[in-house]
Amino acid sequence: MLRLEKRPTPSQAWAWGTPFLAVALTMVAGGAMFAMLGKNPIEVIRTIFWDPLFGEFAWYLRGQLLVKAGPLVLIAIGLSLGFRAGIWNIGAEGQYIMGAIVGAAVGLAAYPTESRWIFPAMIMGGAFGGWVWGMIPAILKTRFNTNEILVSLMLVYVAQTILAMASTSFLRNPEGSGFPGSRNFNSYPAASNPELIAGTGMHWGVVAALVTVIWAYILLQRHLLGFQIKLAGQAPRAARFHGVNPNRLVMLCMGISGALAGLAGLFEVTGPAGQISIDFNVGYGFTAIIVAFLGRLNPVGILLAGLLMALTYIGGEMASTNLGLPSAAIQAFQGMLLFFLLAVDVMSNYRIRLFTMGAK
Amino acid sequence: MDFGSINPAVLIASLMVASVPIMLAALGELVVEKAGVLNLGVEGMMIMGAICGFITAVGTGSPVMGFVGGAAGGAALSLIFAFLTQILLANQVATGLALTMFGLGLSSLMGQGYNGIKPPSTGKVPFGPLTDIPVLGRILFSHDWVVYGSIVIVAAVWYVLKFTRAGLVLRAVGENHDAAHALGYKVQRIRLLAIVFGGAMAGLGGAYVSLVRVPQWVDGITAGAGWIALAIVVFASWKPWRVLIGAYLFGGITVLQLNLQAAGSRIPVEYLSMSPYLITILVLVIMSSGKGRASLNAPAALGQNFHAAR
Repeated sequence: MLRLEKRPTPSQAWAWGTPFLAVALTMVAGGAMFAMLGKNPIEVIRTIFWDPLFGEFAWYLRGQLLVKAGPLVLIAIGLSLGFRAGIWNIGAEGQYIMGAIVGAAVGLAAYPTESRWIFPAMIMGGAFGGWVWGMIPAILKTRFNTNEILVSLMLVYVAQTILAMASTSFLRNPEGSGFPGSRNFNSYPAASNPELIAGTGMHWGVVAALVTVIWAYILLQRHLLGFQIKLAGQAPRAARFHGVNPNRLVMLCMGISGALAGLAGLFEVTGPAGQISIDFNVGYGFTAIIVAFLGRLNPVGILLAGLLMALTYIGGEMASTNLGLPSAAIQAFQGMLLFFLLAVDVMSNYRIRLFTMGAK
Repeated sequence: MDFGSINPAVLIASLMVASVPIMLAALGELVVEKAGVLNLGVEGMMIMGAICGFITAVGTGSPVMGFVGGAAGGAALSLIFAFLTQILLANQVATGLALTMFGLGLSSLMGQGYNGIKPPSTGKVPFGPLTDIPVLGRILFSHDWVVYGSIVIVAAVWYVLKFTRAGLVLRAVGENHDAAHALGYKVQRIRLLAIVFGGAMAGLGGAYVSLVRVPQWVDGITAGAGWIALAIVVFASWKPWRVLIGAYLFGGITVLQLNLQAAGSRIPVEYLSMSPYLITILVLVIMSSGKGRASLNAPAALGQNFHAAR
């Protein structure tokens, strides 16, 4: 019989090893799923994980890597702060949408003025929109004790409806001959978020993501707030004795993650997406939850996890065009990854012991 | 705007139908939470139930088999959750989220090629002349068997939890798993059974969405119903009959806003379609704050994993 024995302290070696083990297991299980869909599993896995980096079109696809990883990392860093403290903001998708709408509205209000202040103002707007959307569950939690998981998720559906409204009515392009969707930011230089270095996919959102990684690393390693966040998650009782104000922590974590998600939305809508449209959001807010866990809630880990997850997006698209793999398969694949991560996490907290019946 | 075109009897009859999926899913989750497990994967299990039920019903041509298939699909997905949280002691919140994401992906994968097909229709229960009673007949005697079945299940869950030994053991596990373990109850086994029951109920609810409510298959068909079911459990303060009230309330809002849309209300469609979610938030606020805090009634060991040290 197998038995679990709790480790006195989590194993450091396993803490670093589990993400790799989980990715390997997901490739095996995902391969089995692709085989059941009638595809050659090795070919699919190679298309997803190898070809975008070293294949024929790698010169283009490598740039896409940063484009996809930017928003994922930006959102996941914010989420990881809350997750560490036991504050579950799972409505990042809604905050992402609201950030994009508010930021875009700021830019469109100034159209067609050309000024170098427009884009910074839009960035503020984006962060503000996401922040407000994140503060709603935070205030309701601290003031009325509601469950932040349910409220933040309900607000995603509300945000999606507002997005539909924005793209069909109040932000619709007046010269768009009635089609839904706003003006395209790529043809409005003062408000656009172009590629900074041609061919790398580097835009302001990627820069923001990298800055955020460094900021979060310093926050968690060197700042009192980071210490309080970690303490509140690991030992809530000890945190109270230490003088951590749980309500303040909820407000800060939800506010920061909301603002970062809003920023991600703004950079996406002004750059890669180009305009507000009914379906410009592609679920980054939800995938970022996987990224946060895959990176073990550690800023540097999240950066790597974001790149890996971006790879599955790009590879998944390639597999769907080249091999006819349904695009939903990659979504199931990403979900599977989170399962395996959570499953192998047992190794870092417990030892598996073999024992024989009666020997106890 | 024309309120006259909304017939109250038809409205009540259709709210009873609209509330079935969330009622079934919420009841299942209530049992799971009473056992001390927080499964946030209701949405994923519901949508798996929706597609499995749909495929089975289309394949066999029998709606009854469809519901069986839906329950089996939801239960199968919940087994993953049970394995991860009960055996491998994974975080319940994160695992529940994973379940939802995986369920949404897998269901849309399984549903390829099922778009635009009509499932076999679930027949109404023949009440004969009773159906012809004005108003009452329309409200009470014009439904399919699942509508009546769901009310029977509410009563059954209430009875089992309140009056039977099994219910007492289940509640003991949810209130204090260490004490239950000391008394010799198999905490993990009981929780596992509760989780599978919750999965089957969510699957049943999902199957009702794809077989009766809509009835066809589209990606993301449950549209947050699973999350609303979770909110209803809080609203009901973990009491089965209040789940019924909560589900009818939300079913009523959904039906009313659809009717208002159809009647050409002056309120923009978008505001109407976001209203169920906003009202869910409002209800959560009312139920969670003040003196009658619903959270006081929550099972004490909710969301905590159990690891027998000895």
